[in-house]
Amino acid sequence: MEKKEKIGVYVCHCGTNIAGVVNVGEVSTWAAENLKDQGVVVSRDYKFMCSSLGQELIQKDIKEYGLTRVVVAACSPHLHEATFRNACKGADLNPYLCELVSIREQASWVHTDKVAATEKSKALISGGVSRVVYNEPLEPLYVPIHPATLVVGGGISGIQAALEIADAGYRVYLVEREPSIGGHMAQFDKTFPTLDCSACILTPRMVQVGSHPNITLLTYSEIEKVEGYVGNFTVSIRKRARSVDEATCTGCGICWEKCPKKVVDNVFEAGMGNRKAIYVPFPQAVPKYPVIDRENCTFYIKGTCKACEKFCPTEAINFAQEDEIINVEVGNVILATGYDPFDARRITQYGYGRLANVFTSLEFERLSNAAGPTGGNIVLRDGKTVPKVVGIVHCVGSRDKNYNEYCSAICCMQSLKFAHLVHERTGAEIYNFYIDIRAPGKGYEEFYHRLLDEGTHFVRGKVAEISDAVRLPGEEGKLIIQVEDTLTGNQLRVPVDMAILSAGLEPRRDAKAVAKQFGISCSADGWLIERHPKLDPVATVTEGIYIAGCVQGPKDIPASVAQGAAAAARILGKIMQKEIALEPIRASIKEEQCSGCRICNNVCPFNAILFHEDKMVSEVNPALCQGCGTCVAACPAGAISGTGFSNQQILSQIEGLMLLNIKSHKETVPA
Amino acid sequence: MKEYAYFPGCSLEKMAVSYHLSALETTKKLGIKLKELEDWNCCGATTYFYIDELLAYTLCARNLAIAEKTGLDVVAPCSACYKNMYFTAAHLKKDADLAEHVNFALEEDNLQYNGNVNIKHLIEVFAQDVSAEEIKSKVTRPLEGIRVAPYYGCQIVRPQKEKEDVEQPQFFEGILSAIGATPVNYPLKMRCCGGSLIISSRTAALAMVRNLLQSAVDSQATVIATACPMCQVNLECYQQQVNQEFGTNFSFPVLYFTQLIGLAFGIPPKKLGIGKEFVSIAPSLLRAGQSKD
Ligand SMILES: Cc1cc2nc3c(=O)[nH]c(=O)nc-3n(C[C@H](O)[C@H](O)[C@H](O)COP(=O)(O)OP(=O)(O)OC[C@H]3O[C@@H](n4cnc5c(N)ncnc54)[C@H](O)[C@@H]3O)c2cc1C
Ligand code: SF4
Ligand code: SF4
Ligand code: SF4
Ligand code: SF4
Repeated sequence: MEKKEKIGVYVCHCGTNIAGVVNVGEVSTWAAENLKDQGVVVSRDYKFMCSSLGQELIQKDIKEYGLTRVVVAACSPHLHEATFRNACKGADLNPYLCELVSIREQASWVHTDKVAATEKSKALISGGVSRVVYNEPLEPLYVPIHPATLVVGGGISGIQAALEIADAGYRVYLVEREPSIGGHMAQFDKTFPTLDCSACILTPRMVQVGSHPNITLLTYSEIEKVEGYVGNFTVSIRKRARSVDEATCTGCGICWEKCPKKVVDNVFEAGMGNRKAIYVPFPQAVPKYPVIDRENCTFYIKGTCKACEKFCPTEAINFAQEDEIINVEVGNVILATGYDPFDARRITQYGYGRLANVFTSLEFERLSNAAGPTGGNIVLRDGKTVPKVVGIVHCVGSRDKNYNEYCSAICCMQSLKFAHLVHERTGAEIYNFYIDIRAPGKGYEEFYHRLLDEGTHFVRGKVAEISDAVRLPGEEGKLIIQVEDTLTGNQLRVPVDMAILSAGLEPRRDAKAVAKQFGISCSADGWLIERHPKLDPVATVTEGIYIAGCVQGPKDIPASVAQGAAAAARILGKIMQKEIALEPIRASIKEEQCSGCRICNNVCPFNAILFHEDKMVSEVNPALCQGCGTCVAACPAGAISGTGFSNQQILSQIEGLMLLNIKSHKETVPA
Repeated sequence: MKEYAYFPGCSLEKMAVSYHLSALETTKKLGIKLKELEDWNCCGATTYFYIDELLAYTLCARNLAIAEKTGLDVVAPCSACYKNMYFTAAHLKKDADLAEHVNFALEEDNLQYNGNVNIKHLIEVFAQDVSAEEIKSKVTRPLEGIRVAPYYGCQIVRPQKEKEDVEQPQFFEGILSAIGATPVNYPLKMRCCGGSLIISSRTAALAMVRNLLQSAVDSQATVIATACPMCQVNLECYQQQVNQEFGTNFSFPVLYFTQLIGLAFGIPPKKLGIGKEFVSIAPSLLRAGQSKD
């Protein structure tokens, strides 16, 4: 070390959080005396280092002592690293010359022995001091932000996000897998707790999306490939062949009227109704152009038919149309791909798929929908019998270790909504079987009370079985719901005509694949993970990738909309900045040492390493690299080093931790 | 030739001898050898585990240790024996301390159990180890038109293995279809037969038997097929008592599934122990078995 550094050490009390266990005064004095040789010229302790007074203290010292390095011993860097780095920056010291040492999470919070915790804090500070000497001044990398945004998923959360950004004047590419946007909300008749008509509140938004000059709507489309990094993503989108020319089609509907091929609609109608081989999923579909389902169209199967073509007044049918790959440049991405309903077939004792009059929640939504297959008449599977007794089973597939441990958050309310609709339309006797009623939203508890007043029976107990094994008089032809009423301790056999399974929400079947495509990850449950569960719920660990709606976890429509808007606001903020500063903590590969083995290419969780076939060497894309260090450890040739984590920094930190840097200690440590 | 270590269990020696006979006859037809375990002992049956758990584990472990020496998978035709052996093996695997205690006791007999035995219920041999095609290929008199209620009972699928469907399994139905019979929708197929409750709480157990019989009648079955001597006894021998208790009028035939397979394979009824029933089986069943002769 040619030039001797001048280091300041700042020990924080964090109120009693640290000072209650660690003797902070002793630690501070110890550092001043024992780390002098390492360059410590001043050491202080203070009640709240992160307060503005604490920060000013550091800034004053930087000026007065001409400090060249700062070590703050306080909480975890996760919390306040940015605070102290900024403080240094304010005093014209490069922020990366400030090192945070955690003596709260790593000492006071995890130990009860005060003496030992104090000694450990000294060692941690010693390590920090030894390391900071080798810290280098770093400059953030500035990258421009492309002002366009990609939104994947056209459910209510994606719709909200797209409109917010488009209304602010920026381009949005909205990619939806199905022929129309709308998501699950489009399937419902009424929405809890206000019972507004779902279509009435959703359709205007869908229409806005369809006609917005700033929104490029790509339905019947999927993401093929994503490359690049925050501010500069290149996305390939596969626009599947509709077999209908959107430029000429007027959406008149003659084609699907004339098409002779009926197909059970397992998506929008949840298997309850039919559509044609050429179809729009529902009358208010946006866009209004149909698609031909080639797997079921007679022409694609047998080579004959073409009725749609014959009758189409605008010659819009195009059997030869091919998938199109569209490449777009965007600066940010919102994933709003939503959820799948839990497959109730998996709970075989509830009989769904085996017992005709067991319905799933989505089936019931279609059954009760005025635009649905029965015109909103709530009837049994035979299509005509109105049920006299209906049982609604809560928590199907949720709060159950055999399926999903989590609460699906919306199904209590959805069950109450069902009970209300059944009551209103059939006057049937209704039983709700619940574990707990979870009604925590605005107006939700009130809705529950309304249902109590309507005379719905609430039985607290987890349903054991639904069967057709009738035994007692009055049970003939009924389904028997077997349940323990845990409030009275009685076993009940409740004969019903119709059972509705309030199936929970599950991550999309392809959620993992989608997450991987965008370089983010899923929780153990399979939901996409936010950057912070409380403080950053719509960002992800990958810069520029945001999540909104049920893709992040079960939630109702208001929460999905709020997240869509929040993600949009975050992105608008970024777009306004025009460029983004990236943390300079990242890896770099020394070309001459790289053997071209490509091991690092695969270990990088952020796909940040590319391979130059011509030179046979790997290179880190600094804008994508998150500085995790995985590749540094993985490279067999030792060709990769991580800024801020050089071997020298790590090794001297270890030496410092072991107090090998202190002369008096060197003698006591056996060689 | 497939070979298994066979643990008949106490019931099959006397009370359920027809199960024993039909098990041996039908497996023989399929080229399977059931080699009876040497010097086996009782599995502890339904009660022993509640009286002295350690001794009960030791009883089962002794059989497992003997089986382990043969290097074969062990097969039990009785659901209770199967369940006791299966969960003993599972517990010994999980609980090293228990295994040590048990092995200490087994040393007296120069035995040791190392945890390397696969335990199967006899019906699993037919459902998993033999294909439906193999069964079909041996059928000479398909049980056409015979409606059979597949009665699994509550123990065959316990404890649950991996993701096995323990609520609505279908393998019994698969075997019945393979022999040409019609498996009926038998909603109570997984319900308990009452087990040994018949001794301690007679009325409760009789009600359980009544429900099972009624459900079989309602599903228009000709016969109930069982895979356990205890189920068989409860369902068959207590029909009189059920009738007295509840004023019903049951006289419903119950057979071991191996007897039905045997009939379909064209094995003479006598060799399957048929003729020893409490409730005589419908002549149509025997006729269906013989019709193709
Ligand atoms: C039966 C039932 C009733 C409900 N009733 C109510 C109610 O009354 N009130 C209420 O507040 N909430 C209700 N909810 C909850 C409500 O459905 C959700 O809160 C809301 O739909 C979430 O919207 P979303 O946009 O996040 O997801 P979704 O509605 O699931 O939309 C996601 C969209 O993304 C598309 N997509 C998926 N994967 C891809 C991909 N890889 N590429 C491109 N596109 C993709 C899908 O096709 C879909 O259009 C109910 C839920 C259920 C199951
Ligand atoms: S008939 Fe032609 S114009 Fe009319 S909706 Fe069909 S494809 Fe479009
Ligand atoms: S070709 Fe015939 S089956 Fe196919 S979409 Fe057109 S009308 Fe329907
Ligand atoms: S919201 Fe209600 S029904 Fe749904 S999982 Fe939670 S407690 Fe169960
Ligand atoms: S440090 Fe290496 S592995 Fe980690 S993000 Fe950067 S390039 Fe990828």
